[in-house]
Amino acid sequence: MSLDELLVTGEPLIYAGMVSIVLVTGAIIFLLTYFKKWKWLWREWLTTVDHKKIGIMYILSALAMLFRAGTDALMIRTQLAFPDMNFLNAQHYDEIFTTHGTIMIFFMAMPFLIGLMNIVVPLQIGARDFAFPYLNALSFWSFFFGAMLFNISFVIGGAPDAGWTSYTPLAGDIMSEGPGQNFYLLALQLSGIGTLATGINLMVTILKMRAPGMTLFKMPIFTWSTLITMFIIVFAFPILTVALALMTIDRIFGSHFFTLAGEGLPMMWANLFWMWGHPEVYIVILPAFGIFSEVIATFARKRLFGYSVMVWSIILIAGLSFLVWVHHFFTMGAGAFVNSVFSVTTMAIAIPTGVKIFNWLATLYKSRIRTTTAMMWALAFIPSFTIGGITGVMLGMAAADYQFHNSYFLIAHFHYVLIAGTVFGCFAGLVYWYPKMFGHKLNERIGKWSFWLFVIGFHITFLPQYFLGLDGMPRRVFHIVPEWFNLNVLSTIGAFGMGLGFAVFVYNIYYSYRYSPREQNGDPWDGRTLEWATPTPVPEYNFAVVPNVTSHDAYWDMKAKGETGYDESKVEPIHMPNSTGQPFVMSAIMFFASFALVFEWIWLAVAGLIAVLVTMGMRSFDYNEGHHISADEIKRTERSARGL
Amino acid sequence: MANQSKNIPVKHIIGYVTSVVLTLVAAWAALGSNLPVMWIIISIFALAILQAVIQLFLFMHLTERGMGHAPWNMMFHGAVVFAILIAGSLFTMSFGFM
Amino acid sequence: MNAYKEENATPLEYQTEENQMTIVGFWIFLAAEMALFGTLFATYAVLFGRTAEAPPPAELFTAGTTLIMTLLLLTSSFTSGIAIHEMRRGAQKGMMTWLIITLVLGLSFLGFEIYEFYHYATLGATLTSSAYWSAFFVLAGTHGVHVTFGIGWLILLLIQLKQRGITQVTSRKIFVLGLYWHFLDVIWIFIFTGVYLIGMVI
Repeated sequence: MSLDELLVTGEPLIYAGMVSIVLVTGAIIFLLTYFKKWKWLWREWLTTVDHKKIGIMYILSALAMLFRAGTDALMIRTQLAFPDMNFLNAQHYDEIFTTHGTIMIFFMAMPFLIGLMNIVVPLQIGARDFAFPYLNALSFWSFFFGAMLFNISFVIGGAPDAGWTSYTPLAGDIMSEGPGQNFYLLALQLSGIGTLATGINLMVTILKMRAPGMTLFKMPIFTWSTLITMFIIVFAFPILTVALALMTIDRIFGSHFFTLAGEGLPMMWANLFWMWGHPEVYIVILPAFGIFSEVIATFARKRLFGYSVMVWSIILIAGLSFLVWVHHFFTMGAGAFVNSVFSVTTMAIAIPTGVKIFNWLATLYKSRIRTTTAMMWALAFIPSFTIGGITGVMLGMAAADYQFHNSYFLIAHFHYVLIAGTVFGCFAGLVYWYPKMFGHKLNERIGKWSFWLFVIGFHITFLPQYFLGLDGMPRRVFHIVPEWFNLNVLSTIGAFGMGLGFAVFVYNIYYSYRYSPREQNGDPWDGRTLEWATPTPVPEYNFAVVPNVTSHDAYWDMKAKGETGYDESKVEPIHMPNSTGQPFVMSAIMFFASFALVFEWIWLAVAGLIAVLVTMGMRSFDYNEGHHISADEIKRTERSARGL
Repeated sequence: MANQSKNIPVKHIIGYVTSVVLTLVAAWAALGSNLPVMWIIISIFALAILQAVIQLFLFMHLTERGMGHAPWNMMFHGAVVFAILIAGSLFTMSFGFM
Repeated sequence: MNAYKEENATPLEYQTEENQMTIVGFWIFLAAEMALFGTLFATYAVLFGRTAEAPPPAELFTAGTTLIMTLLLLTSSFTSGIAIHEMRRGAQKGMMTWLIITLVLGLSFLGFEIYEFYHYATLGATLTSSAYWSAFFVLAGTHGVHVTFGIGWLILLLIQLKQRGITQVTSRKIFVLGLYWHFLDVIWIFIFTGVYLIGMVI
């Protein structure tokens, strides 16, 4: 294979992409070398098993992916701004909307939320780390290398172009020749393994490592939403694993699951994809619900209204999420009876979701609201998400869906739920827990600028798309006709507003790093849950003394009694796991094996697989016991952190 | 001593013998009996589920103390998801011919 | 070993917090495996009958091989259970013997499966023949890959047992492997019933 077959050629935009990749990589290598930071990078970050650092790496990667997929979105909107634009050609447009969707779901929304969970959940339940810190590092690196594998596709080999849903037969080897679709399959497979491992890891962490006294119904609501989300991950991700594997086998080894030849059934892909895909929707929204619940309770300075109802509605949503998948393909023609059944189950989900909306409103009712940036994201979420939810009920009516299906009405709907739910949630969570992560707040004034730009931009972008859909504009077209011009140009303006909002958000990270006052204690927001009982920056062992818990607002109660949760007489040596480079190396090998399989270099892939098995075997013989932090060292750390 | 009886793995032996019998009965029902096909399918799946339950409880110590509720809870939900996947796929992909 | 016998209250593999977490985590993993095999079964069920030009399963499946494979795996599940029982008595030698028997039975099962696949291929049914055969080979093959993985895992653990004896760590590892092995047998019951018996009936 010659070099010009391997690299994508002939597209000025992609050349620009290559140049910028080379420049950025060069700059990073130069900076690391110039400041002699290689060793620091390896020791502090690449080999860490500390859940807080892994969480930060998740969030940084997610922000980078948000930038990448956001750029895709702006390119889509530019192409659609005017009738008959020729900014992107049809092929390139297909690739862009495919990567936009895939990256946003798999490499932005999920890692962002998992990153927040990584940092917050052990702190909220009074744990020292995850149940399996080594596995946690492995999860992160397999996600990271999966994301890298996906992202190199647009310069090496060509990006996938069959949509993020990759319906067969379009995504099969006859209609989508070449490595593009293989990149999709293997990158998601690689990162999916990590997600499943995180699911098991966090479930065990929450089930087995809670502080004494913290029964399930005294857990903070974010921890609850995490537990349920992980439950969904454990049952939904294997479905995706199998679906991806079957399509990979179809494409590379010539089987007939989703092909037209050999009596294959292309529609089975849609069925399997959405059996995973619908639970996935709740995987990215339930943690956001949890974040909003925490933020609203904190800044309304009230107990969360209807705590146990909130928990039960999360559980109910999780259960129903496995029973509605067909509503994504009502138009496939499964028949009136099948469609009716799934229409009913779909509507049923609106009930627990509605319950949650009213509970948030009831928490706000007659409270003294502090309008911090985090709270503003939460407040903007409620009405925006409700619009998305109600249009979802419209789409859930099978008969009406024949009109809405694959139109911009659908596009507007899922952006209203995913952005107003997940993205606002990620921003709210990041702003809220930022001081816990980095020891200083994000600047509030700049934060509010980014909030207003992003939220107003969001509504200007997506509200018109409902009407475009009703006007008959289908999704995934790369030319618009003049009748759709006005609303489209408005939508594009809004999209650039969102882009500006994101840029301001990122600038705020830099600005706050330089100028924000450092936190003096661990509780900047007058918080209610245990994570605020730790000093800032959080020591690697989290809690010198594991506190006793009596309610779901554990720290609030402790503060009311005048306790800090720290008692020097009770400090004992703490056992901690050792750092290790194995997860990084193992994931890197999997990356190369997957890369080989993308290009169907079978023997190279097999060699990589054997190397992975060998590293697993070596791990089995590793009886590394970890190390202890002495009581004296803990006392010293706590004294300086608490200013005693 | 009471330990003496514990040296014979009673549960395992019962489980093994029942499993072998159930396997043979299922094979006979499918290949040797003259039941209508629908009844064969129903009966052999009932036998399979029975055998799975035997393995879970007698071999895998599903409800052994000290583990909390997670094991049986997850197995139960796993079985539910298993059923939803198969029945749901057949229901959806039958295109009204069921 | 003797210390364990005296405080017979909790089996060794449950004694530390870390061991308990690993075992609970493994149960959760098995639940995920149920979803994984459920998806494969669902695919198999939906694609049932789509044999295209290839021979239908009723022509190829034979009751004899299938029953032998089933009994081999079932017996290996039983012997691995006995091994755990021996482990709880603290009898390392008996435990290793039963584990080696398990290993041999697992290998025989695998040998039959490889022979079976090869045999079908000579009769014109391969992964690429038709949708039905793709589903068959991937479902049974995934189970076979799991068995292979379990065999490799068992060999590694036998070496560790030889090196270290029955400790809290090794007993936990063996217990987890035992769960895995029993679980593969449970899956096989459904393959035996849903694939082979039904394939021979219809």
